[in-house]
Amino acid sequence: MKPIIEVRGLGKKFIITHNKGGYVALRDVVAGFFKNPFKALTRKKKDEFWALRDVSFSVERGEVIGVIGGNGAGKSTLLKILSQITPPSEGEVILRGRVGSLLEVGTGFHPELSGRENIFLNGAILGMKKREIERKFDEIVAFAGVERFLDTPVKHYSSGMYVRLAFSVAAHMEPDILLVDEVLAVGDAEFQKKCLGKMDEITRKSGRTIFFVSHNMGAIANLCTRCVFLKNGQVNMIGKTDDVIEAYLKDAAERSSNDIAARKDRQGNGDLRITDAYLVDTDGNRVNSAISGKSISIALDYECKLGVSLKDIIIGLGIATPGGEGVTLFHTEMTKATLGPVSGSGTFICSIDRLPLVPKTYIANARITADGEVVDYLQNLFPIDVLDGDFFGTGSSIRHSLVYMPHAWRDVKRDSHAS
Amino acid sequence: MSTIVIRPKRRFSLSDLKDLVRYRELFYFFSWRDLKVRYKQTAIGVAWAVLQPVISMIVFSVFFGRLAGVPSDNVPYPIFVFAGLLFWQFFSDALNETANTLVSNKAIITKVYFPRLILPVSSVITKFVDFAIAAVVLIALMVYYGFKPEFGHLFVLPLLLIIAFMAALGLGLFLAALNVKYRDVRYALPFLIQLLLFITPVIYPASIAGKYSYLLALNPMTGVIQSARAVLLGTTVINWNLLGLSAGACLLLLLAGLWYFKRIERVFADII
Repeated sequence: MKPIIEVRGLGKKFIITHNKGGYVALRDVVAGFFKNPFKALTRKKKDEFWALRDVSFSVERGEVIGVIGGNGAGKSTLLKILSQITPPSEGEVILRGRVGSLLEVGTGFHPELSGRENIFLNGAILGMKKREIERKFDEIVAFAGVERFLDTPVKHYSSGMYVRLAFSVAAHMEPDILLVDEVLAVGDAEFQKKCLGKMDEITRKSGRTIFFVSHNMGAIANLCTRCVFLKNGQVNMIGKTDDVIEAYLKDAAERSSNDIAARKDRQGNGDLRITDAYLVDTDGNRVNSAISGKSISIALDYECKLGVSLKDIIIGLGIATPGGEGVTLFHTEMTKATLGPVSGSGTFICSIDRLPLVPKTYIANARITADGEVVDYLQNLFPIDVLDGDFFGTGSSIRHSLVYMPHAWRDVKRDSHAS
Repeated sequence: MSTIVIRPKRRFSLSDLKDLVRYRELFYFFSWRDLKVRYKQTAIGVAWAVLQPVISMIVFSVFFGRLAGVPSDNVPYPIFVFAGLLFWQFFSDALNETANTLVSNKAIITKVYFPRLILPVSSVITKFVDFAIAAVVLIALMVYYGFKPEFGHLFVLPLLLIIAFMAALGLGLFLAALNVKYRDVRYALPFLIQLLLFITPVIYPASIAGKYSYLLALNPMTGVIQSARAVLLGTTVINWNLLGLSAGACLLLLLAGLWYFKRIERVFADII
């Protein structure tokens, strides 16, 4: 049987125009013509940017394939081409089956219309027939759990209800190929589980193919059998999910260790910036990984803006799983540590005695405020590799869960049969 | 089982038509949505569809009919202007709605695939409803003033509506596609519609232009409105040549609009 999705030599080129503001106004075109008529007539040299290049792979029927990659790796562009929202610049895609896309939950919902009306409208936009929607109507409503509010305009819905209803409509579309993008980033954890379960059910039961793009490694690992790792618009690796995720995390780790200073996706006023983040052992040496049960320090190199002096520094350093689940938080307000005034550059160091984390790769996020204002906030700051260590000093090899908690067991006898 | 092939360049092909057929229910759903939403949170609701042409009629009758003494082909000015307004409002409302339809549905266009053509066509379809509502007012006026149209000629009216539909959609498709790239359209359009009103015999009869009235005939809506008056009010005999010319011009306009729309339809999501 032929593969259900075939992608061959796919590429997408964007022309970057250096216009300020987004839109081209007729005025600028006219003004440009008068300023320099010859330049307007000759072709302007434009910058090209390939969001995707030479991407080829195929997907078999019934497979759940994940696509991972950093920001700007081309994941969304790939998905937009597959769902025919935007055309490729080169190459071709063959899709052998009905395609449904779940690019953003609630697309096409109209706030003034009631839940009932929106189910029909959204279903139709996603490509369902009216009869099909009627047939599945009760199921959709039940899954979303909005029975009582069916005739209320969705503008009065809570955001949770809104997302539940939208996902429910899309999930009942029953396409041969389902394209999913980050929809699970919204909604509460319980609902995310329900959605993952529903997606799992869709594939297991009916042999549907799911093409799943996400930052949520947990969801990818749970759902996908195979994975594509995109990097700078090209396929870096295709293979078994676990292998690809590992390669991706390694790559992310390498990348982040040398260019935190260059990162642009930070928030805050920038009076102080984190320029590097790394682990330091008890002797003050930079190390690549930490060991369960041993002491370790996390170092954050910082640099203040020229001439800026900051006081009342508050740092929150969060540790999370690659799936985004918070594990623990190191916060200066918890320990009432006083940092600052600072100026110039330096290193904030957070020392941890007997690291209570189970061997795994974690992600650190950092948020720094000074004088009550956020100065720098970086998510996915750097990965922390925790290696196996003997936390309890007992040689135990149980590694369930995420956190080791020092504890002791005993037995308090009330009534003994022995004597 | 359907197979979809996605390639860089694709001219208009048979699969486009197949897609339109497959998504045909969306025509209905978009029109239905627009109708449902239009008068939400208004106090008088659908009465607006009656009020707008009626108030225009009253204002025009007072200022042009009474004060300025604009001739009206020997029929009472109110009914003269209303017959014109009925078709004019259909045309201008449809044009306005169509030209903005892609931009106002940006969220859907950048997220879901469906034949984009459905959006502008649906917005014109919606306007048929307003037309029907306003037509009831015209019938009332005709009864009041005692006009009895010749039944044999009534078959022309749907034809006029089709011509107006083609004119609004043709120009609308062009402007809608242009609007995706140049937002100037949104600001220029109300102005353009106002200008068009003056070169269309809505508030005055085409005969006012005397020997230059053939210039007015270049405007397809001239044929529509003049013929409407001829059929309903018996102002003149039906000018079949003029009507045929208008129909031809509108068909060309529609084809040109379609061509331009299809040409850049695929990159809407990239530039909107």
